Amino acid sequence: MPFHTLFTIFVVVIAFCFFAGQRRALKLKSDGSSLHSLPFYHGTWLIIVGVLPALIILLVWSLVESSIIRSVILSELPANLMLVSPAEKSLLFSEIANLSNGQILSPNAEQLAPLSNRYTLLESLSGQLKLGLALIISVIGFGLGWLRLKPDFRARNRFESTVRIILMSCASLAVLTTVGIVFSVLFEAMRFFDTVSIFDFIFGTHWSPQIAIREGQVGSSGSFGAVPLFVGTMLISAVAMIVAVPIGLMSAIYLSEYASPKFRAFAKPLLEVLAGVPTVVYGFFAAITVAPMLRDFGEALGLSVSSESALAAGLVMGVMIIPFVSSLSDDVINAVPQSLRDGSFGLGATQSETIRRVIIPAALPGIVGAILLAVSRAIGETMIVVMAAGLSANLTINPLETVTTVTVQIVTLLVGDQEFDSPKTLAAFALGLMLFVTTLCLNVVALYVVRRYREQYD
Amino acid sequence: MSRSTIDIVNRNLAKRYAKEKRFRLFGLLSILAGLTALCFLLVTIVSNGWGAFTQSYIQLTLDLDPETLSITDPLDNDQWSYANYTAVIKKSLRERFPDIKSRKDKKRLYRIISPGAGYQVNQLMHDRSLLGQTVTIWLPADDDVDSVIKGHIDRNRPENERRVSDKTLALIDELVNSDQLQRKFNNVFFSAGDSSEPEQAGIKGAMLGSFFTLIVALLLSFPIGIAAAIYLEEFAPKNKWTDFIEVNINNLAAVPSIVFGLLGLAVFLNWFGLPRSVPLVGGIVLTLMTLPTIIISSRVALKSVPPSIREAALGLGASKMQTIFDHVLPLALPGMLTGGIIGMAQALGETAPLLMIGMVAFIVDIPGSFTDPATVLPVQIFLWSDSPERAFVERTSGAIMVLLMFLILMNSIAVLLRKRFERRW
Repeated sequence: MPFHTLFTIFVVVIAFCFFAGQRRALKLKSDGSSLHSLPFYHGTWLIIVGVLPALIILLVWSLVESSIIRSVILSELPANLMLVSPAEKSLLFSEIANLSNGQILSPNAEQLAPLSNRYTLLESLSGQLKLGLALIISVIGFGLGWLRLKPDFRARNRFESTVRIILMSCASLAVLTTVGIVFSVLFEAMRFFDTVSIFDFIFGTHWSPQIAIREGQVGSSGSFGAVPLFVGTMLISAVAMIVAVPIGLMSAIYLSEYASPKFRAFAKPLLEVLAGVPTVVYGFFAAITVAPMLRDFGEALGLSVSSESALAAGLVMGVMIIPFVSSLSDDVINAVPQSLRDGSFGLGATQSETIRRVIIPAALPGIVGAILLAVSRAIGETMIVVMAAGLSANLTINPLETVTTVTVQIVTLLVGDQEFDSPKTLAAFALGLMLFVTTLCLNVVALYVVRRYREQYD
Repeated sequence: MSRSTIDIVNRNLAKRYAKEKRFRLFGLLSILAGLTALCFLLVTIVSNGWGAFTQSYIQLTLDLDPETLSITDPLDNDQWSYANYTAVIKKSLRERFPDIKSRKDKKRLYRIISPGAGYQVNQLMHDRSLLGQTVTIWLPADDDVDSVIKGHIDRNRPENERRVSDKTLALIDELVNSDQLQRKFNNVFFSAGDSSEPEQAGIKGAMLGSFFTLIVALLLSFPIGIAAAIYLEEFAPKNKWTDFIEVNINNLAAVPSIVFGLLGLAVFLNWFGLPRSVPLVGGIVLTLMTLPTIIISSRVALKSVPPSIREAALGLGASKMQTIFDHVLPLALPGMLTGGIIGMAQALGETAPLLMIGMVAFIVDIPGSFTDPATVLPVQIFLWSDSPERAFVERTSGAIMVLLMFLILMNSIAVLLRKRFERRW
């Protein structure tokens, strides 16, 4: 059933429930009894019982139906196709699905024809069952709800507690997302660690994940030592921080301590534009403009700079992070009480001495927190490094050479057609796990530090 | 002979003032460094991308006779769809340059027109009454010709070091002199999908993909974000669970965006079996990513509504839910909208998570719904940035300019909203 028909039915049912409830309440009222709740709430009550359960059923069913149909179909594969690998099975399944959609370009068309008929049947059956069930539940809910509509029925309280539950589940979605991230990354990473030992992964120094396509192909054992990736990530992040921390911090100090309100109102938003530029734009800028410039500059000095050097990616990433450091530091510097400044001025210190000896030490925990958040941002940054840094996993700390990073490898391993079960794709999830854990630790520490610091002066 | 403290202070004073000046200068310089980087970035993009909005077109007089098109029976639809539209263009080019005889030179001649021009003639001939008539139309030139016209190819370099031969240059010059080769507004750039030929490649597909993706993200993240903010700000009891939710939200705001892509791949594609490369899934992933931003800004908006409003409503007998939905929410809504628009701007510029869920495929068709395979504007930029041709560098920068325009537009709306509805209590 097309989406807009479903949507229209949905709206009509909601409207019907609401007006039925409201009319009923108005009728009760005109009969002379005084209502506990306004007629509006009687209408919403009928929506709650008439639509909500059916909607939940529809959603859950739609989410699980495709995987159930899939497993049913795959369990009925002809015997000669039963023994293939899971990846080929998923290929066969999409062939079956395509067949039932009317495409006939399949090498196994004849053999799969009965299955594709069955697929069509199952799909329409599931669709009808789903709608039928939703309709029955809707009618039952409406009927039971209708019987409860009496003058003393507390419709408003019912409505309000339902809304409260909905609000709470929306808030809990954040928790669900975190759980989803942890489990999806963790499960796939565990499967990866079944084939590759976790020690080889964390301490291995050779990274070349190109697993052979055929059995027994030369060099078929891809090696998954992630140390070059970690070092590369840290190298680029370090370059970025060397750019971003001094510039960001000094900008924040100037803006909060020296700048006139006019200059501040003009410069601060402009600086924050840097944070609003999409990372893909920075990546393009790094790859097309900055990297060739650095290479030519290096040539002029007699240095050999790779055209995908860590330096180019790091420099541009640093520029991206400047506003991040400066606005967070600005906040913490502004939170330092004026009395500390006044005390220092009173003892005859110049403004820069006050800043260096009094304000920075007082704001230090907050600044450290800001820098940690910036580091976490740099580690997780993807597009700049994908476009400007290389793919070759060199174990080096020379910023003029090409290095690769964790995020670059995740993208290369997962973009394009892949089978889902090969160690190559699973390795991406193991890298994702590393990335998530690292940034999580940085964030938790940073947020803790910043919060503690704020409380200190509140 | 005693040295008083004031002497010591005075002796160092000049040095200290110099230091003060230096420190101040450093501050100013770092701000200027940031702003210079911004200017440099924008100037590079604009100077690179300006040319993408124009394109060289060649005027040709096409003789649409059935024989060249190899249409023998005008009533046969198959013949219309398999007709040789390129042959008409080639014939017209031969007639325009009757002196060119050798096979090699003819091939060179055919290459000055875009390889996709035949499709345009095909489109034109949907009006079937044109069969047998003569029309004069402008067809897009090949991207190398376009680069010559825009001055990206240096004519003074030796022939074997540039992409365009001397003979082609002569052809171009002759066409320019007879006003049959002109730069015009690049319609294709705004009305076509992706293509491997730069002069046929456009951003309409990517823009519509972005549009559908953002609509999904907006419809999901705005209501959910507001609901979560209302709960946390107005209803949540102070307990462990609430604390846990808050910690989670703050953390999610700082989780790298690519991790959301991994979540989308593992959960929505592999577990729920949703299709790859579709705006629906992209929108869901971006929703999860922008939710923390929207929740945090909505909470700030709710906090800024003074308690006296709540107390007045409660005092008149409204229930807590009525107070919040009828009195607090309308006052906080402009602030929430501002946060929502900023969140959407962030989602519009996001690339990495969408690569994970397959929105990176080469898609020529223009998407028409939430479940058509599509790509989005930033991903299109990423895809084009890989192509070596000068014309694609130009188009990438052009697409970036369009993307930045949208971002500027959204942010200005947010600023205007804030200015218009900001209320001091």
